[in-house]
Amino acid sequence: MHANSEPDGNHSEGSTKLFLKVWGWLLLLTALEIFLAYERVEVHLMITILVGLSLIKSALIMAYFMHLKFERLGLILTIIPATVFCICMMLIMFFPDSLRLTHLPQY
Amino acid sequence: MSGAESEGVLETPWSGGASPYSVSSIKLGMWLFIMSDTLTFSALLISYAYVRLSTPDWPRPFEIWPAIAKSSLMTFVLLSSSLTMVLGVAAAHRGDVKKTVRYLIATILCGIAFVAIHATEWVTLIHEGATPWTNPWNPSVPLFGGAFFGLTGLHMLHVTIGVFYLAAICWGFNKGKWTADHVEVSGLYWHFVDLVWMFIFPMLYLLSVNPK
Repeated sequence: MHANSEPDGNHSEGSTKLFLKVWGWLLLLTALEIFLAYERVEVHLMITILVGLSLIKSALIMAYFMHLKFERLGLILTIIPATVFCICMMLIMFFPDSLRLTHLPQY
Repeated sequence: MSGAESEGVLETPWSGGASPYSVSSIKLGMWLFIMSDTLTFSALLISYAYVRLSTPDWPRPFEIWPAIAKSSLMTFVLLSSSLTMVLGVAAAHRGDVKKTVRYLIATILCGIAFVAIHATEWVTLIHEGATPWTNPWNPSVPLFGGAFFGLTGLHMLHVTIGVFYLAAICWGFNKGKWTADHVEVSGLYWHFVDLVWMFIFPMLYLLSVNPK
């Protein structure tokens, strides 16, 4: 977050301990997903929960493993919002229709 | 990176300069590639989610053994390979060639293990009669095979390419041909492949577990 204002080339960020911690969290969230897969949850709610957890995992991977947290704000703002916007556009096209289909009485 | 200051980068991210992002061109190029690949996988995953949600009798063939156990193990292997990759990048930035090569080889071995386990999983499903066009569990939903083999196949292709990419970087870094920057950029690709699996695993496997 505030690393952007720090002088570049200062590679103090990202110790082995931090990477191990992130790895542990990723494994924990994966275990939670596998556990949830065996709970009887309605599929719309289930996919929302699973994708939500996966988004958290991918944020952890991007921030720490892909080093994005320690890059300049300008780079982050170039990469993330444009990608998220494009994905949202795809979602807007698809989902109302898929939900409509599941609510058709005779389906 | 540290050379960016000498190229006349100004203080704030918004003031421009020779290198406003303060990253090397190969790193920016890899990020742009990752953006485009993100959209490829997003399109596939979203269209898969669409058919999955609009098909109430979607097949749910995956038993704990072998499918879920194997795919969980694959997730563990891929996450661990990401860990060895970041440690390799850190070693490369410290200039520790020997350790970098060791970590990269560990990453490559994890990648090969991932592909190998995944291949056995594919063979099991194919023996049960699944193809990209049909499946034995509910033949009225042919998209199951298309979604499963299409998504996991494209991801497996990425892992395979990543294994060769890392092998080339490992060899070149050991020879002194390439720098720590190259190792870091190959790491970006590898983590991205890991990230994509974080979506494919729950959406393809965990949404099709046999609920018994």
